[in-house]
Amino acid sequence: MMKQKSKASSAALAFCVMLATTFGPSATRASAPQLSDAAGSYGITAASRIHFSVAQVGGGGIAGDFGKFSGNFRIDGNNIARSSVNFTLYPESVETGERRVEDFLKSSAVFDSATYRTVTFRSTSITQTGPDTAAVEGTLTARGKTRKERFSVKLMDWNNRSISFKIRGSIFRSPYGMDVGTPIYSNVVEFDMNIKGQKR
Amino acid sequence: MLQNSKSAFGWVTIILHWLIAVLILALLALGFVMRRLPLDPSLQFSLYQWHKSFGFTVLALAALRAAWHVLDRQPQAPAGLSALERRAAGTTHAILIVLALAVPVSGWAVASTSTLNIPSFYFDWFVIPHLPMAKSEAAESFWTSAHSILAYATLGLVAFHAMAALYHHVVRRDDVLVRMLSTRPQRRRELEKTKSSQVIAKRK
Ligand code: HEM
Repeated sequence: MMKQKSKASSAALAFCVMLATTFGPSATRASAPQLSDAAGSYGITAASRIHFSVAQVGGGGIAGDFGKFSGNFRIDGNNIARSSVNFTLYPESVETGERRVEDFLKSSAVFDSATYRTVTFRSTSITQTGPDTAAVEGTLTARGKTRKERFSVKLMDWNNRSISFKIRGSIFRSPYGMDVGTPIYSNVVEFDMNIKGQKR
Repeated sequence: MLQNSKSAFGWVTIILHWLIAVLILALLALGFVMRRLPLDPSLQFSLYQWHKSFGFTVLALAALRAAWHVLDRQPQAPAGLSALERRAAGTTHAILIVLALAVPVSGWAVASTSTLNIPSFYFDWFVIPHLPMAKSEAAESFWTSAHSILAYATLGLVAFHAMAALYHHVVRRDDVLVRMLSTRPQRRRELEKTKSSQVIAKRK
């Protein structure tokens, strides 16, 4: 991830280093980081944010977050493609600011969270797409159905103990038997996540 | 033929009358089922959307009906109705015409004030905008009650209206019901006379 040093990433890095030298005694680093520096196993922390939105006709839509989730990932220092990620979220914890919408999402109409307690993602392949970006492909299982999906990942921030990414993905819901409300509500769910990992 | 005449209803009045009648009765049943019965949430969502689309259809037809009522002439009441009966009938009809507008407008207000902010996508064809009203739980529950009260009041008045029509048809044997079915109602008394003379003819 860090091997290619673009202008942008070195600028970001300079900023990180400045922050680190100012605030973090342990993170001080004089030289450019190598991917191997970020290598390791991480647990996804509760400070992460799993945000989603579904557009509706005429503008606006439903947006919310999943409050409960867990997961881990491993960054392979020698070969980024051999890195992996596992993620589980609990649809029961969906928050939208409107109780009736939350109840509807948990109901048999959408997640059926009483029957299917989790939504899981397991990576199958990871491809670096830029100096600080990658594409993660894997299997998403929701409501008992498993499909291949793809998310784009951007490195946001890191030090020698923690790392954070911005992850985006557009998931069609009809293949999972969750097409209720289309076409008033889009068939596409946009995920916009901030994933923070803590080294283990 | 399209317009009302001095003594009969035209097709515009007759067709609007029965279309609106069928739709309102269906919407009352649909409204009750979708709101009061335990349903699969996915089906319930669809039924609400059908309810709104058919409800808007009634609103458009009721607006035509109200305009027609104001613009077209009113046929004279059938002979044999007392002044009180005429006044009762006229008042009932005017209230029904207003309710056919007020019920869907109050439903539109429910959709517009609801914090769910669900668009009204007319038969998945085009979006009918919300009324410019502030969304809040208080406003939504107010309009939900108003819509419900107006809807069931309409059911009550429709029942009264239909009973009156049947009373005229069955007991009084006059043209009140028949003339809302055809633009050229044969006089029922004459009709009966011809029928009985046919029977007599057959017997011969
Ligand atoms: C003549 C037309 C209509 C009739 C006869 C009608 C009748 C009804 C009835 C009987 C109910 C159930 C009330 C209850 O049991 O409490 C209902 C609920 C409802 N109607 Fe209508 N309706 C009409 C038009 C509309 C329109 C045009 C809309 C919206 C655009 C609409 C939106 C609603 C909504 C949202 C509810 C449910 C309220 C809730 O669950 O909070 N209705 N309607």
